[in-house]
Amino acid sequence: MDRLDELRGPVPPRPHDARAIAALAANPGCARRAVLDAAGIDKDATATHLGFPAPFGQSPFAITRGNVFEALVKESGCAELLRLLREILGLPIPLASYTDLGDVGGNPSAHLRHSHTRRLLDRAARDGDDAGTLYDHPLLRLDIAGHTSYLEPDVVAFRLGGRFHIVEIKSFSVIDGQAEPDKVAAAARQAAVYVLALRDTLEELGHDPARVSHDVVLVCPENFANRPAATLVDVRRELAVLRRQLARMTRVGAIVDALEPGLTFDLVPDAGGAPTRPVADLREAVRGVGARYAPDCLSTCDLCFFCRDEAASEGSTDLLGRQVRDALGGVATVAEALGLADGSLIPDEGQEEIARLLRLADRMYAEVS
Amino acid sequence: MSTLAALARLRAVHTGAAQRLATVRHCHLSERPMVLIPLRLAGEAAAPLAAMAGTDPARPRLLVVPQPRDRDLRFAFAAELAEILLPYIEGLQKATETVERRGAEPFERCVDAPQVIVPNRSAVAFVQLLGRSTRFRRAEGEYAVHPSVPVLGRWLTFLAQRAQYPGSASLLAATEAMSLHWATGQSALEDANLASLMGWIDPPPGMTGAEAAREAEDPLVWPPAGPATDPGFDSEVLAPAIRAYAETRSDRAAARVGEAVRSQLEPTWRLMWRAVGLLGALPAGPGVAARWEGDRASFTGFAAQLAEGGPPQPKRDGAVGAASRLARMERAQASYDAQRAYDDPLVMAGHRLTGEAFTGTVLAADPDHAEGEGRGRKLRPLLTVRTSDPVRLAAGTRLGTPERRGQQAEVVEITGGHVTLKIVKGMGRGRTASPGSVPEVGERVCYAALTDEYQPPASLPAPEDTPWTHGGPPPEHVPAVEEPDEEEWA
Amino acid sequence: MTVTEPATARDAAAVVEAVLADLPDHRGVVVDSPPGAGKSTLVVRAAGHLAATGEPLMIIAQTNEQVDDLIVRMAAEHPGVPLGRLSAADYSVPRRVMGKASIGTKLPDLGDPAVVVATADKWAWAGDRTWPWAIVDEAYQMRSDKLLRIAGLFDRALFVGDPGQLDPFSIVDGDRWAGLSWDPLQSAVAVLLRHNPGLPVHRLPVSWRLPASAAPVVSEAFYPYTGFRAGTLPGERRLSFAAGGMRTAYDRALEEAAVSGWALYELPNRHTVRTDAEAVQAVAVLAARLLQRAPVAHSERGEHPVTADRVAIGAAHRDQVAAIQAAGVPEGVTVDTANRLQGREYDVTIILHPLSGRRDATAFHLESGRLCVLTSRHRHACVVVARAGIPELLDAHPSAEPVRLNVPVKFPDGWEANQAVLAHLAAHRVEAAPLR
Repeated sequence: MDRLDELRGPVPPRPHDARAIAALAANPGCARRAVLDAAGIDKDATATHLGFPAPFGQSPFAITRGNVFEALVKESGCAELLRLLREILGLPIPLASYTDLGDVGGNPSAHLRHSHTRRLLDRAARDGDDAGTLYDHPLLRLDIAGHTSYLEPDVVAFRLGGRFHIVEIKSFSVIDGQAEPDKVAAAARQAAVYVLALRDTLEELGHDPARVSHDVVLVCPENFANRPAATLVDVRRELAVLRRQLARMTRVGAIVDALEPGLTFDLVPDAGGAPTRPVADLREAVRGVGARYAPDCLSTCDLCFFCRDEAASEGSTDLLGRQVRDALGGVATVAEALGLADGSLIPDEGQEEIARLLRLADRMYAEVS
Repeated sequence: MSTLAALARLRAVHTGAAQRLATVRHCHLSERPMVLIPLRLAGEAAAPLAAMAGTDPARPRLLVVPQPRDRDLRFAFAAELAEILLPYIEGLQKATETVERRGAEPFERCVDAPQVIVPNRSAVAFVQLLGRSTRFRRAEGEYAVHPSVPVLGRWLTFLAQRAQYPGSASLLAATEAMSLHWATGQSALEDANLASLMGWIDPPPGMTGAEAAREAEDPLVWPPAGPATDPGFDSEVLAPAIRAYAETRSDRAAARVGEAVRSQLEPTWRLMWRAVGLLGALPAGPGVAARWEGDRASFTGFAAQLAEGGPPQPKRDGAVGAASRLARMERAQASYDAQRAYDDPLVMAGHRLTGEAFTGTVLAADPDHAEGEGRGRKLRPLLTVRTSDPVRLAAGTRLGTPERRGQQAEVVEITGGHVTLKIVKGMGRGRTASPGSVPEVGERVCYAALTDEYQPPASLPAPEDTPWTHGGPPPEHVPAVEEPDEEEWA
Repeated sequence: MTVTEPATARDAAAVVEAVLADLPDHRGVVVDSPPGAGKSTLVVRAAGHLAATGEPLMIIAQTNEQVDDLIVRMAAEHPGVPLGRLSAADYSVPRRVMGKASIGTKLPDLGDPAVVVATADKWAWAGDRTWPWAIVDEAYQMRSDKLLRIAGLFDRALFVGDPGQLDPFSIVDGDRWAGLSWDPLQSAVAVLLRHNPGLPVHRLPVSWRLPASAAPVVSEAFYPYTGFRAGTLPGERRLSFAAGGMRTAYDRALEEAAVSGWALYELPNRHTVRTDAEAVQAVAVLAARLLQRAPVAHSERGEHPVTADRVAIGAAHRDQVAAIQAAGVPEGVTVDTANRLQGREYDVTIILHPLSGRRDATAFHLESGRLCVLTSRHRHACVVVARAGIPELLDAHPSAEPVRLNVPVKFPDGWEANQAVLAHLAAHRVEAAPLR
């Protein structure tokens, strides 16, 4: 059995959707996260069983809003979307056909649906006509650490002549040409995943991958009304980051090889899927792979509360943020830093400088506060 | 992050209580601030759900939009908020003082100005969006709104724009005001949660700051301070209540939504006033009044503009407007940084640690020292200061000093623990230094490479003369009217 | 050895001719000049060319030092062209400028010279006279709000600068202008081109400063889409030492740099405070040892001893510069931050790597322009001092930069540029000797 499968236990790997793949770069220095992601482990379930459920939830209002907006954009065979594409790409686009690739009848496997997408994309890539084609719900895939991941098909691929554009529909507002930078960044990272997957597909089919534009079309509500507006977003930087992270994922083997033999994160689910593994046991296992906690994890990783608690119990200066940690010049724990500051601890070799600085800070603090 | 601030956080972890980062208060605190806690419907840019507002901790006003997707209800909310905010603002316009400056026409300035305090940075952004969504509305024609709505929009926009000026106190985020004065044992990111920040600074009896902060993260105990609501609350409490209202439109259903949001707002309301109380207990730094004067002048100017019927603030700055605002913001930042250091030895200590400032004792002084001869003779008193601070200043660096504001000195030489300075400004214009302007031997002094000296920037072209490099003159100003909402909700 | 040289020179000259030919036909012409590609030569040449038409010319530089440099070069190249220098009241005229230009604080004080040179700040106060021609030097380091204040003074302009160096910055947050075509925090050239996308942009193709060992490295890392090459051939620039060494790690690093143009003096991996004493010490000792070894530079211009004034030490932060100065560097050696080393040239540089000893990279550290400035100041050799572990640090860097709509993406990416430079340096690594 594959070592990664062994780490995960007898459950299927959690599929990497575009959002999960985009999140791989959130903290690439964290070995714990790298291993759990590579093995396709359900981090949310792990965190919950450890007693540290992830603090993420989505409001039903936000979900409704997203669905309503997407439906509006796609109404009448994407008529509104086509108008936006004409405008943003500056093309006449006399007419465009709409194909829903999700609409394949029955409940075929992801593999079959992907084949269907491939077939149609191949035909589209050979077609050089002037009419545009919108492919909704294309089921694309990407190889991640040796596993094939099918991507949740929540984008539209638009082809015109020989060019493809990824269209991403998001329900956050663009107001006077500006949107929340973090949300745009998340959308750009996700879109980059689709650009890469579409390029891979075309390349496999013998077409030039560069036919997929690095300019993705982001469709958002404009100002305070519900009317959609399109903006081009250049995702070349996100693509570069993504390629780097995927390359790193294939190198996760080195970390895995160094793990204790027999180590597993198996939750030992019972017949109903409820985890039965003793929590203390699981905790030991998770602690067997080093984490690199940073406060940013609180918005990006399901395990964040567990790792924060661990960092707190170790008295780690990581708890206070990267900037504090950097200012402390590598002193790893609060106790050590305070010991150096009040002079009760003799600095180790290489710590003389930070010790001097901390003692000075300590003296000044006492002098003026 | 300065080593001093890092050390303060470490001490907070160790003691379980927040540590002081300032010995004085660096923001103005009004005698009658208005606390405003807005909530927004999740998934929407600027659809208000509710707000709690008021100047009296004992009498909060609760504003509710029982169906936030209903346009009329949203503007009714805006009109109701205007009823609270506009009388507060207009009341402050009445008392003015005459300001006389050399070489300038005397002018009138309001003796006080509005101060609105919101929980956090996101609430400031929400105020700006609310201003943007209301200031272009009209009181007549199709889609007419109450006449107070566009006026509210302009004032909210004014406040949000002031909040971008470093040192302005017209619109404060409580988390930022508190973080400026206290260091917690958690990260800056976690400090953005008002309840957890206040947990560190002012824990309930019997709890350490760390425990209180951790408890504050539970949305059931401490609902988020907004504008975003807790997703669990949304799905379990709010969604059914709004649905019931949408179906019946009854007062009872509206009251149910009201009670739901009240439960989310009241804990934050109490926190906000606790924060105001803690800030108020700190003595104000000397520079605070001068910066508030800037807020008052800006307030007076905007009120006049509004009275003269000027157009609403543009959606975005034009080329000339952007450059001019940038210059004003940069000036405000530089003087804010300098003033805080000169006002507060704890802030100054941060600069001393990095070697940009130092304190010490005057070892020798030559108050009559001069450079040049004849008509070019310039008085340049010399000073040698002994210090144990790690000074890192290059010769020629300009220095200021908290003991003698307006004075400037230049580093001549640094050897060992001795710094030689020459005073180049602020010692009088005579042949000898004016009495008291040169420190005497034995005096404790502090010098820093920070000045709030203002050099006015060169003038900008008029907007209609915008050069070709920047797009040429902007199109004739057309009073912008917002297109009507085209909202179709499921 | 001289086969390709004339071709290189010819290519560079052809670009200059094309620039001059474009001037009368366009309202603005932009010239991108990579490090040491003859930017000043072009400015002086174009100034002479424009002055010869008899029409008055204004030249806009960014610092007083740049203004003085231009006047000295103009006076040497075009002795017949009367020059004027506008300056602030408290500016003291350096000796090298005296007698070469009329100097005054107001335009009428200058008489009526053919060419007037001043900083952008000074020009903003110069009054209402308009000029048919302007040359804007270091235009990529000029903030667009500065250009806005003076663009009304001229009809047509030549904009010259290096797009790979540090972008202008502000002490305040400029988010509110993000995406606007006239964002005041963007560079003058960025704003100019967004409003006038049809203006011709030329590129100087040859770096006369960087040796053949450095031009390809800097070009690939920092100018990935607009490459350039060295004006000299491999081996044409050399460094030798007249005094023998002692086989210490310092000597070996200097010898490696002398032979190959690069050395990475690598200290053991450790997280440190920014003013890492060991690294600071190493930089200072390397500078001292370099001069003790009596270095001699051999180049297409012949050979000359490398004196202290031809050596620079560069670092990212001011406190690092102060610490290096405090550690004692030989008299006459320049020590400064990347910001202030922009546009300067030395025979040998010693730099403290911005990421040395850091645990996390920040946007500041990853700004590609900073490393570009530091690694492109030398004519012969560059010694980089760094702690081990930077590639791992880069690998662990979270990529979560916010994205602002309608803001053009800037290349190169700082991460990639850093990796490219490190990959090259790996082949020139010398392990530091233990200090104790």
